[in-house]
Amino acid sequence: MPSPFEYAPAPESRAVVDVRSSYGLFVDGEFTDPVAGGSFKSISPATEEVLAEVAEASEADVDLAVRAARRAFQRTWSRTSGRERGKYLFRIARLLQERSRELAVLESLDNGKPIRESRDVDVPLAAAHFFYYAGWADKLEYAGFGPDPRPLGVAGQVIPWNFPLLMLAWKIAPALATGNTVVLKPAETTPLTALLFAEICQQADLPPGVVNILTGAGETGRALVAHPGVDKVAFTGTTEVGRQIARAVAGTDKRVTLELGGKAANIVFDDAPVDQAVEGIVNGIFFNQGHVCCAGSRLLVQESVAEDVLDRLKRRMSTLRVGDPLDKNTDVGAINSAEQLARIRALSEVGEAEGAGRWSPPCELPSNGFWFPPTVFTGVSQAHRIAREEIFGPVLSVLTFRTPAEAVEKANNTPYGLSAGVWTDKGSRILWAAARLRAGVVWANTFNKFDPTSPFGGYKESGYGREGGRHGLEGYLR
Amino acid sequence: MHGRAYAEPMSLTSGLETGLDVTRVTASDAALRTFLHGLPGVDQVGAEARAASLATRSVKTTAKAWALDMAVRMVDLTTLEGQDTPGKVRALCSKAIRPDPTDPSCPSTAAVCVYGDLVPVAKEALAGSTVKVAAVATAFPSGRATMPVRLADTRAAVEAGADEIDMVIDRGAFLAGRYLEVHDEVVEVKQACGSAHLKVILETGELATYDSVRRASWLAMLAGADFVKTSTGKVQPAATLPVTLVMLEAVRDWLAVTGRHVGVKPAGGIRTSKDALRYLVTVKEVAGDAWLDPGLFRFGASTLLNDLLMQRMRQSTGRYPGPDYVTVD
Repeated sequence: MPSPFEYAPAPESRAVVDVRSSYGLFVDGEFTDPVAGGSFKSISPATEEVLAEVAEASEADVDLAVRAARRAFQRTWSRTSGRERGKYLFRIARLLQERSRELAVLESLDNGKPIRESRDVDVPLAAAHFFYYAGWADKLEYAGFGPDPRPLGVAGQVIPWNFPLLMLAWKIAPALATGNTVVLKPAETTPLTALLFAEICQQADLPPGVVNILTGAGETGRALVAHPGVDKVAFTGTTEVGRQIARAVAGTDKRVTLELGGKAANIVFDDAPVDQAVEGIVNGIFFNQGHVCCAGSRLLVQESVAEDVLDRLKRRMSTLRVGDPLDKNTDVGAINSAEQLARIRALSEVGEAEGAGRWSPPCELPSNGFWFPPTVFTGVSQAHRIAREEIFGPVLSVLTFRTPAEAVEKANNTPYGLSAGVWTDKGSRILWAAARLRAGVVWANTFNKFDPTSPFGGYKESGYGREGGRHGLEGYLR
Repeated sequence: MHGRAYAEPMSLTSGLETGLDVTRVTASDAALRTFLHGLPGVDQVGAEARAASLATRSVKTTAKAWALDMAVRMVDLTTLEGQDTPGKVRALCSKAIRPDPTDPSCPSTAAVCVYGDLVPVAKEALAGSTVKVAAVATAFPSGRATMPVRLADTRAAVEAGADEIDMVIDRGAFLAGRYLEVHDEVVEVKQACGSAHLKVILETGELATYDSVRRASWLAMLAGADFVKTSTGKVQPAATLPVTLVMLEAVRDWLAVTGRHVGVKPAGGIRTSKDALRYLVTVKEVAGDAWLDPGLFRFGASTLLNDLLMQRMRQSTGRYPGPDYVTVD
């Protein structure tokens, strides 16, 4: 039965952002054509509409960009005082705020995430990271890394498609604050906000070559990571590519930080504040369509309350609004690419074949674009592939446990260790669990909360090094 | 479209079939305490974050038009002042019947809410209309009177023709942990109400925590409340979106275990249409469509109505009329 109170469409206007029909590479402060002239298309995953033609950087372009970054490092940036670097970063942060609507709309167009999230999470957090690291720029000698910490040089940074602008901020802000210069490669499917960020660097009068942005696919990333002029590699992405990078830099003096996959456990104890726990479960796995490396993709719920929690979860999932990313009332947007959709579908089929119970609320999906309904698998055991492999989509696997010790044991029984969640009204149990969970972040009675002051990173196959907070400076200093 | 005037008659036995034995739960202070303290806790940060996220919903065009009309139909137009006179109450009644005299399509409000001694005036002024008479009773707003006085207060209002009674609970007894005493008082007031519908005011601003709000809501429902209501309007903070959210969760869960619908009435501090729309969004997404009905959701308000009317005019004419184009009563 249709509700008498259906929200009318409330689309954010696309007119706030100028999407150019084609983009060059951003090298040495200018947009330039690629040496070899290749290009690729960036599409909107919600409609499959082509948004722009984007230059594809070859090895020769990587070389030019790394040289530009080296020049900028030697001639200007490493000689710029911390106070001056801080001023540039503050300026960039303010420009991100001023142009926040543009950035949010562009991010939702290119990535498929709901405007509610790009507007309220991605863009404000990106600005917050620049503000935060701007403050560190002239205080590095007090950061606890020795009396005279020095920058490394040129940082080669490769970022994923799930939080294009935010991951850019996580990478660029600490690098610039510490006096390094940057060559950054955004993901192939989501290059547009990075290119708008390049314009913001121009607008902020950032010296040429301090930030260079090279668009391209895996080959471009490989060339960047392997370039001998790169002093530091920072990567966020899959564990598989992380391994390749670790191999590529082995034996060189390059420093590396890797932020890789996850299969986080969200543990709900029987004394949890149940309505808020359900919100946390939903936020943990359906935020950003589940395209989150720290997503709470394994729900571990105490058996004595499992039925109640699942009933509430399903009822709540029925109110999720899946659809147009630019609609202000959309909760779950489009899957980022056909490739990712295929992977989510394949793993979900495996889940069904392995005997887990599959459930999605009734929801109409648009006919164009890449879509997957919010999905929950019940009756999952540790032996199922959907309990072990990262799906990176809106798919939750529900497992049960009997005792706190069993919960922690199951939570830790994964090759990953990026994040975990604990839901209980008992403070002592939170501390007990947090001390035993092998995960870089443990959220208590909340999930997917990010803050520039808080370090983020993984245990085990979820990577090494920390981003954010004081700790995030370490990877860019010697 | 006019939904149910009231929730269906309550049946305490219906809970027996679904697992909640009301008689046993309320058999002793210890049993009631065990039950209320066994309810899942409310995490303050999480509840407030959820309310804030619901408040970002964008309600436009057709949805807004529908919601504004529904909000008008949910208003308990209220005057509860020492200076209330028959003249003031009559003016309020004609406003309740015909909120916008220039627009016959504008619906009436749900009720007029007055002190008990003014019920006869309101009853007469509202005769022949759909607008109900609600009276505050039980030594409103503090509730600090002996039980015989509070019951007499209730009976007098009902005998004078009140369709609905808005009672206050003894917050002192609740905070002291004398749950059964509070429960039994509500039961007695409910009996004194006869066929009049009972709204139980929790005065959430004095209960302070969401855990207490949830427990008080369940306590009122166990005692037979037809509505749970946030506030008297005399204590700050009065209604807030997170408090209302917690109460909506309580009535939703109560329905699941007893099969009975209980209404929710936020009162005090809701002044703008924007606020009202946020409450309706919360009603829809937390309790469900069944509560989008004046029989199950009300706004206790006075200034809200004029803002709703101005927004209605803006919807139909495209211009925001300004306060001189709505009546001040």
